Amino acid sequence: MAISFDNALGIHEQALLVREQRSGLLAANIANSDTPGYKARDLDFRALLQDAFNGGALGAEITDARHIGTDSTAMPQALYRVPSQPSVDGNTVDAQLENAAFARNALEHQASFQFLNGKFTGLIKALKGE
Amino acid sequence: MSLGSIFDIAGSAMSAQSVRLNTTASNMANADSAAGSAEEAYRARYPVFSSVQAQALRGDFQASGMTSMGDAESSVRIDGIVESARPVEGRHEPGHPLADENGQVFYPNVDVVEEMSNMISSSRSFQMNVDVMNAARSMMQRVLSMGQ
Repeated sequence: MAISFDNALGIHEQALLVREQRSGLLAANIANSDTPGYKARDLDFRALLQDAFNGGALGAEITDARHIGTDSTAMPQALYRVPSQPSVDGNTVDAQLENAAFARNALEHQASFQFLNGKFTGLIKALKGE
Repeated sequence: MSLGSIFDIAGSAMSAQSVRLNTTASNMANADSAAGSAEEAYRARYPVFSSVQAQALRGDFQASGMTSMGDAESSVRIDGIVESARPVEGRHEPGHPLADENGQVFYPNVDVVEEMSNMISSSRSFQMNVDVMNAARSMMQRVLSMGQ
């Protein structure tokens, strides 16, 4: 009887990946908070998780043999943020908002990590038969 | 590798902000440097920021299509330093050793108040990127300890 890691780890593996990708995106927003014309971007976590639940990997769906698959590290579609206070130079980064989102994302990343780590600890326990 | 690229992105922003802080320092230091003609007078300098696709920075944007990670994450680049187009300030100071035949001395077009606000803005942005880097570091450390 083989252990299926996909079943054992559940959604947390993909959740952790999305958190990491989102942190990169938010870091880019913060880095470009003074760049004229830069548009802030973010991921829709709910939609991505829904995709993952429906069996699709985090990437393009392959419905035809001729489709080229995207690797799992590819960035899902990032959406542009609607600015609350648009600035004259065309920059839509709200530094406070991005900072808050980044901090929250870091915490959620930790949560996903804890869940995933718990799964691994459980598996190790089962293997050892303790 | 998303967490790893945060270091590049935040690092590029920190270096860009430090260039901005450098121009501010230069402008403030020269705020009262007089010159004998309008052409010689010091003009306020400002960096122009632009965002670079992280993937283009790595040079492999042809390898994977434009829909992948690289076109979403961008670091900051300094396109160049521009001099302010504001007219320099001419003052009538016949006693000044640099005064021209009309007794005019030219002072830089540096607005000290503007430079101060630029300084605060850039140091805040710098700080924010340091925070981002620290957060990314602890996230990475945590992931490295997985399964232990």
